Amino acid sequence: MILEGKKAIWNDYQKEIADDKYYYVRSCVRQNFFPGSETAFLKIMREELKKDVYEHPCHTTCTGIGYHGDIVPVETTMTVVARQFAIMTEAGYENLLPSCITSFGLYTEILDTWHHFPEVEEKVRRQLRKATGREFRKPKNLAHASDVIYKFRKEIASKAKYKLVNKNTGEPLKVVDHIGCHYAKMFPSKGIGGAEYPYVLAGMVEEWGGNVIDYPERRHCCGFGFRQYLVQANRGFSVACSKEKFESMKPFKPDMIITNCPGCPMFLDRWQYVINEMEGKRYGQNEEGIPVFTYEEVAGLVLGYDPWELGLQMHQTDCEPVLDKIGIDYSPEDKYNLKIIPSYSESRSLINV
Amino acid sequence: MEKFGFTISKGRQIDYESNNRRIAEYIFENEPSFRLCFECGGCSATCTTANFTGFSLRELNILIKRGENDQVRSTLKKCMLCGKCTLVCPRGVNTRNIVVLAKQAFQKSDEYEI
Repeated sequence: MILEGKKAIWNDYQKEIADDKYYYVRSCVRQNFFPGSETAFLKIMREELKKDVYEHPCHTTCTGIGYHGDIVPVETTMTVVARQFAIMTEAGYENLLPSCITSFGLYTEILDTWHHFPEVEEKVRRQLRKATGREFRKPKNLAHASDVIYKFRKEIASKAKYKLVNKNTGEPLKVVDHIGCHYAKMFPSKGIGGAEYPYVLAGMVEEWGGNVIDYPERRHCCGFGFRQYLVQANRGFSVACSKEKFESMKPFKPDMIITNCPGCPMFLDRWQYVINEMEGKRYGQNEEGIPVFTYEEVAGLVLGYDPWELGLQMHQTDCEPVLDKIGIDYSPEDKYNLKIIPSYSESRSLINV
Repeated sequence: MEKFGFTISKGRQIDYESNNRRIAEYIFENEPSFRLCFECGGCSATCTTANFTGFSLRELNILIKRGENDQVRSTLKKCMLCGKCTLVCPRGVNTRNIVVLAKQAFQKSDEYEI
């Protein structure tokens, strides 16, 4: 193997990630699925890394779910996205930081479309002007929130209270990394490591002490695919995708799964319950499920945040086995007692605090 | 079991350890028009047998091409070889000959000739 050649190829799949002054756009669905994740991200960025992260209350959905569900036409989607860019421009920011993988994929797709078809961009600018009177500049840098955590993974590791290591055996935890399809499968050059070897989550796991496992269906979709689950009768296709992955990863005895998409943690988490109810199968060790985390939750755990403040009680597959393995100090009685968490009991605006 | 309103779908990947394309290859060789079929289902829509037995030539074609021969073997017997399907095929596939050749291929396969 010629290492220089490999390094040259690898360099093609690196991306530029802005250092500071981010315009953060939240996901539509993550707030309902795992509400602690985005809050944890903002806390890490603002309090631990001291970065300027701005979010605007007028930001709306990017319509990605409607677009991929064939409900919203692409020109409408483009105009809505143009409005997001306009709000960012008015706020004086240039580095767009979406929390959602589908938003990230959609923004990438739209910017690429405008690059190849400038007349479409002109039409969208005209439509936005007529509808709202707004003008916009295209973002100078577009990075997904997981890219930014990847960029600062060493800083997080240096402040870490815990490592992804089994405290009893001293062995690194065996971690499955699952990357959202819209991260790099559509535009491989826009993701760290491309579509085939995305390194964004593996890099975090390795830096924080864990061991990433490679299994046959590693790049398989979780089954979220919007149209598959919108119709109840079709959800069998969705759960079948997750089952395929679980069957494939089971022999490698994973301790946990880490994801960077809004839908993947939700479905990999919930479908474990559904498969257990339907077929009585569990894929974790000791007849348990495999705990599924978002990358913000894992970063929060590593930094020593309270698991219940991170919202881990919202997971259907219990995450206590991993907390015990790492040796995280938590109170089982307080799992559903949110009153003990000051940040939840205080009434305050969550925007730009 | 909880009632979820759906069940877990079975995987449909072609597994070359278990799927056998010998029957399909025999038909391709002897009736090249089989390659023209684009599974529109015109043959199944006009099939007299389909009304009584649930026989579907379109499904049969897909199963042959996928190499899922066990299901093909059991459904082949339902065809009466009337040939109505050949009259409606928009691609001019000799659909009746496909059924005849499939029967031949199974016979040859049983006798280890193909």
